[in-house]
Amino acid sequence: MEYEVIVVGGGHAGCEAALACARKGHKTLLVTGNINNIADMPCNPSIGGSAKGIVVREIDALGGEMGKVADRSHIQIKMLNNGKGPAVRALRSQADKQVYPKEMLKVLENQDNLEILEAIVEDLIVDNDTISGIILENNKKITSEIVILTTGTYLRPSIMVGDTRRNEGPHGEKPSLYLSKNLAKLGFEIIRLKTGTPQRIKKDTIDFSKAKIENGDNCFHTFSHYQKPQYKIEDQVPCHLIYTTEETRKIIQENLNKSSMYGGLDDIEGVGPRYCPSIEDKIVRFSDKEKHQLFLEPESRYTDSIYIQGFSTSMPYDVQDQLVKSLPGLKNAKILKYAYAIEYDAIYPTQLKPSLETKKINNLFTAGQINGTSGYEEAAGQGLIAGINASLKLEGKDPLILKRDEAYIGVLIDDLVTKGVRDPYRLLTSRAEYRLLLRHDNADLRLTEYGYQVGLIDEDRYTFFKNKKAKIQELENKLIKYRINPTKEINNYLLEINSTKLKDGSTLYDLLKRPEINIEKLSKFIEIDYDLEIIEQVEINNKYEGYINKVKKEAQKMSNLDNKFIPEDIDYNKIHNLASEAKQKLNEIRPTSVGQALRISGINPSDISILMVYLKKEYNNDRK
Amino acid sequence: MMEDTITAISTALGVGAISIIRVSGNDSIKIVNNLTKNKKLIDVPSHTIHYEHILDNEKLIDEVLISIMRAPKTFTREDIVEINAHGGITTTNRILELLLRNGCRLAEPGEFTKRAFLNGRIDLTQAEGVMDLINSKTEKARDLAINQIDGKVSNLIKNLRSEIIKVLANIEVNIDYPEYEDIEQVTNKHILDKIEDIKNQIKKILKESENGKLIKEGIATSIIGRPNVGKSSLLNKLIGEDKAIVTEIEGTTRDIVEGTINLDGILLNIVDTAGIRKTDDIVEKIGVRKSIELIDKSDLILYVLNNNEKITDDDLEILTKLEYKNHIVIINKNDLENNLDISKISSKNIIKTSITNDKGIEELKEKIKELFNLEQIDTDDMSYLTNARSVAILKDTLNSVEEVKKGLNNDLPIDMIEINIKEIWNLLGEIIGETYQEELIDQLFSQFCLGK
Repeated sequence: MEYEVIVVGGGHAGCEAALACARKGHKTLLVTGNINNIADMPCNPSIGGSAKGIVVREIDALGGEMGKVADRSHIQIKMLNNGKGPAVRALRSQADKQVYPKEMLKVLENQDNLEILEAIVEDLIVDNDTISGIILENNKKITSEIVILTTGTYLRPSIMVGDTRRNEGPHGEKPSLYLSKNLAKLGFEIIRLKTGTPQRIKKDTIDFSKAKIENGDNCFHTFSHYQKPQYKIEDQVPCHLIYTTEETRKIIQENLNKSSMYGGLDDIEGVGPRYCPSIEDKIVRFSDKEKHQLFLEPESRYTDSIYIQGFSTSMPYDVQDQLVKSLPGLKNAKILKYAYAIEYDAIYPTQLKPSLETKKINNLFTAGQINGTSGYEEAAGQGLIAGINASLKLEGKDPLILKRDEAYIGVLIDDLVTKGVRDPYRLLTSRAEYRLLLRHDNADLRLTEYGYQVGLIDEDRYTFFKNKKAKIQELENKLIKYRINPTKEINNYLLEINSTKLKDGSTLYDLLKRPEINIEKLSKFIEIDYDLEIIEQVEINNKYEGYINKVKKEAQKMSNLDNKFIPEDIDYNKIHNLASEAKQKLNEIRPTSVGQALRISGINPSDISILMVYLKKEYNNDRK
Repeated sequence: MMEDTITAISTALGVGAISIIRVSGNDSIKIVNNLTKNKKLIDVPSHTIHYEHILDNEKLIDEVLISIMRAPKTFTREDIVEINAHGGITTTNRILELLLRNGCRLAEPGEFTKRAFLNGRIDLTQAEGVMDLINSKTEKARDLAINQIDGKVSNLIKNLRSEIIKVLANIEVNIDYPEYEDIEQVTNKHILDKIEDIKNQIKKILKESENGKLIKEGIATSIIGRPNVGKSSLLNKLIGEDKAIVTEIEGTTRDIVEGTINLDGILLNIVDTAGIRKTDDIVEKIGVRKSIELIDKSDLILYVLNNNEKITDDDLEILTKLEYKNHIVIINKNDLENNLDISKISSKNIIKTSITNDKGIEELKEKIKELFNLEQIDTDDMSYLTNARSVAILKDTLNSVEEVKKGLNNDLPIDMIEINIKEIWNLLGEIIGETYQEELIDQLFSQFCLGK
């Protein structure tokens, strides 16, 4: 074999997958259609956001790259949901579309064991249901033990504007026209999905005085747990908020049938994302809403391109001209790049194991948009896991499968492989039933251990992490051990800080549970010389203890079921008592654990009972 | 699943004088112990039987015998407790409800046997039989649930859930799309108003289910009054007219039911009929104190006065006790001269009758129906909620409502508060068998306009 791993696609999933394999010492080849488009951001110029920001933290804790590169390249960053509770806080950054890809390319080029090749992949070499390499457009074969497909929207893409259709990738790039057909030949179920992107406007043709300014935060943030801030607060670039007008609505209603999606084209198969409707969808579906919110987001410090978030459309160019001019402050706007809708092929993700290896073809992994997701962060998270599991497989080890109470990445992958997708999948905090455990602030505490075990977190960083953990424990112990009594002096102090008198003795830890008390106020009693991160961690655990324990208890129940593994060779047809619907579902998904089986829609608790009895009978003869 | 402590009534309901409630799992002894008067079961030897009182907040529910069997020498190889109850359907259900509210989960069909099998108690060759059992019992339970689900109560719960999910979706959208300034932000006050409303609705459902229980199990009714006011005439009239059968039926420890009157499909269980029938001077015989005792254990009191006589102090004392109970004051013998000062009676439920002349009986029946809100309840609909599990879940829901209020008072972030609101939504879903997760996300995108 020429390589141990070949990664096909240089987007956010491909970068993480290739880096993970190479860093674990495996000879890796990254194949991309255009080296200058590595880590490209074809849609919105931002990294992070609700739930997604936490994914970036998780990638960092596991030893991935996205957080570090985002920290080095953003032009604005802020913490979302600050007042809504610790579990839903998340970072959102305006990424610089010029700098981010360059920084990522640098990392890839400086990585040992990693080569980059510019080429289009059209077929796979498969023998006996096992992959052994790829076939390029020019029929050249390259062999490898493992192949990871991270092809994004480049599988048979079609860009749609009005009544026209072009078979090319986002920047007019050359797509792979046959790879998805060849995947279908191998027996994969291929689905067609759709997404879209708005116009880019020349900055100096916008009158920003008509818009509301949106600045970054006035304090420092980093995605990475192990990197100091690398920007100046005052250098951040603002975004702007505007609203559509009555004129916008009129233009859309008058031209609706010209939109590709509303009659312009009659051969659309792709299913678009519910969370990302085009502006014509919004006007049609929410006709009672008089205006819709739009953000003007700068794409880079080094270009004059402004992205209109919320204005995605597949109207023809002339209608788009009118639409843009109907917006406040954009009367004289010049469009640099028109909006479009794009259709592309993906594989139905229940054909994957939770390790992201395909069930049909051994040693073939897939990650990112090819699995039906949307979003840079969702792609990177999968890429990292696919890379880690490809490496573990080469090393003969068990895959890393993150549980739903351990990481958003775990929720994402479990949803994909257990439930499949109807439309491009975006992570939302509401998809995570244990989200109180999956916080921005504790991503490193949840996942660094895994990152270290798989070999992507080095000793220095691991020591740093262990120190942090020890400090948290130390502070907590101090608070638990220190008792105060209701003396006059102490009660006076409590009244002074707007609290109430003590009646009985109390530990500082219990005192901290009062809503008006924070750790800083306890420094009257004990010396508190800790980083803010550590103080925050202790406060969150203390103040929300009841809620956290409640969620943990729920999670523990599911975790026990997730630890009951189902043998790969199980024959569901042999379980006579199982309802035929359950048999069919179980055969289709082939869950790896009883927990996963329970999460399949249409499987009910009595099916699980029967399954457990069968497992005991067939596979566990430990009679007492 | 296997870690939960499970419980179920093991004997057929309504048959036999004793019913057995079985509890299995790690916490079974602890949970049952907490419900007993003496709380001494934790350290008793295995395979022993104990006489105890089951209490609900100090209130006696039943005298029982409790068998303690510790793992592994039990049917499920887990700690098992069996409660032998004596009180008939009502009491047995009440004990089950108590267990469910104190940490037990209702066993799934065939679950005791399943556990016995999984824990190695049953031979592996019997696996097929165990699976068959789960299968057949589930089918039966499903049929039952489907028959019961399509009623007024389940509609009430569905409506309530759809209101809650709108609030949830709004909270979620605030969290997942914080940059949307044109979407309403859910405030504490908004939630507080909503939660009060939810609380009232749940209480209403609970009340209706209590009424439903009364309808199904009978309304414990006592007829009280001084001698010669017409108590036995009233009883005979009710019996005679409605062709009710007075039989010895299985009673409860709470009520000494001696006769049942079927009043247009509503069962009135008459307490102490014997007293009325044998003699007509109950008050003289039993006195005010005994009357008050009777009042306490009745769901409905019919207090009979004689229009022809003055009200006595005893009458007035008893009448004040009636204020907080479902009661009807019957002023009988209206064909005779009026000597009774009606202004001394503060009750609003007064019916004037002349029982021997058949006057006022219809009004009395109407009044009874009105008191128990029977016009508005279709008795068939209530059956679903009358089972202990649903009532226990509804009461849990009320706890979550209180948690939400507590959280709001402590100014906790919306994210924490939402945990309890979601809990309410899930609990209500459990009652009607809907716990579909995607529902919330669907709601999110249909209710709000979001996108790039």
